[in-house]
Amino acid sequence: MDIKVNVREAQGDCYIVELSGEIDVYTSPKVKDAIGDLIDRGVYNLVIDLEKVRYIDSTGLGVLIGGLKRVREHGGSVNLVCTNPQIRKIFDITGLVKIFGIFESEDAAMKALV
Amino acid sequence: MNQPLPHTDEVDVVDLRIPCKAEWVALARLSVAAVASRLNFSIDEIEDIKLAVAEACTNAIQHAHGSPFIEIKAEAVPGSLRLSVRDHGRGTRPEHIRSRELNDERVGGLGVFLIRSLMDEVEYDVQPDQGTLLVMVKRLAV
Repeated sequence: MDIKVNVREAQGDCYIVELSGEIDVYTSPKVKDAIGDLIDRGVYNLVIDLEKVRYIDSTGLGVLIGGLKRVREHGGSVNLVCTNPQIRKIFDITGLVKIFGIFESEDAAMKALV
Repeated sequence: MNQPLPHTDEVDVVDLRIPCKAEWVALARLSVAAVASRLNFSIDEIEDIKLAVAEACTNAIQHAHGSPFIEIKAEAVPGSLRLSVRDHGRGTRPEHIRSRELNDERVGGLGVFLIRSLMDEVEYDVQPDQGTLLVMVKRLAV
């Protein structure tokens, strides 16, 4: 079980964090570090692509919420890409659909940031 | 291999004990998923069960200080799966086991909220200095 994190620079001052694998109590620190490093470098507009994520638990959600809070302090935002119904369901039942923008493609998520 | 078990009134029990460490939670959720798949739960229900047992183990790892291991019992009760997750930590005070409110952007309480949302019955038994027992049931859809 592992998580792969691929960080790419996109248009403007936006970065894409593409995650693949499973995000749980063991792997979420790696995601937290990747997002934290970007924010420390002054990147406050993020698209986090969850299309290749097969599983996410509350620790993974916590990392995303933590990242969102930090970028908001600098006027930034985090949009998610997610079409997997099982992952989407976790955002629905926790009410996090109301605090994250969730989109079906990286393009749509990026356009909504700017 | 994954053929459903024949209908019976017997209770089949699978016991698992994992170290109280983050790297073992995946084993717990995959083992319980294998049990659930033998009981004819749907793929969506198996995902619910996987997440609930993982959240229970994560709570133990994060809050059951001093527990060397976590015990997971899966009981194939007719028509349902009963899961017990026990740690042997100091025990969380019952009033500290709380779910979260929707729209709450705080991180804490998400795991308990998910467990209560995904399972049909959830019960905590907290014994100070003896650990926490979480029993949860998922019923097969009729």
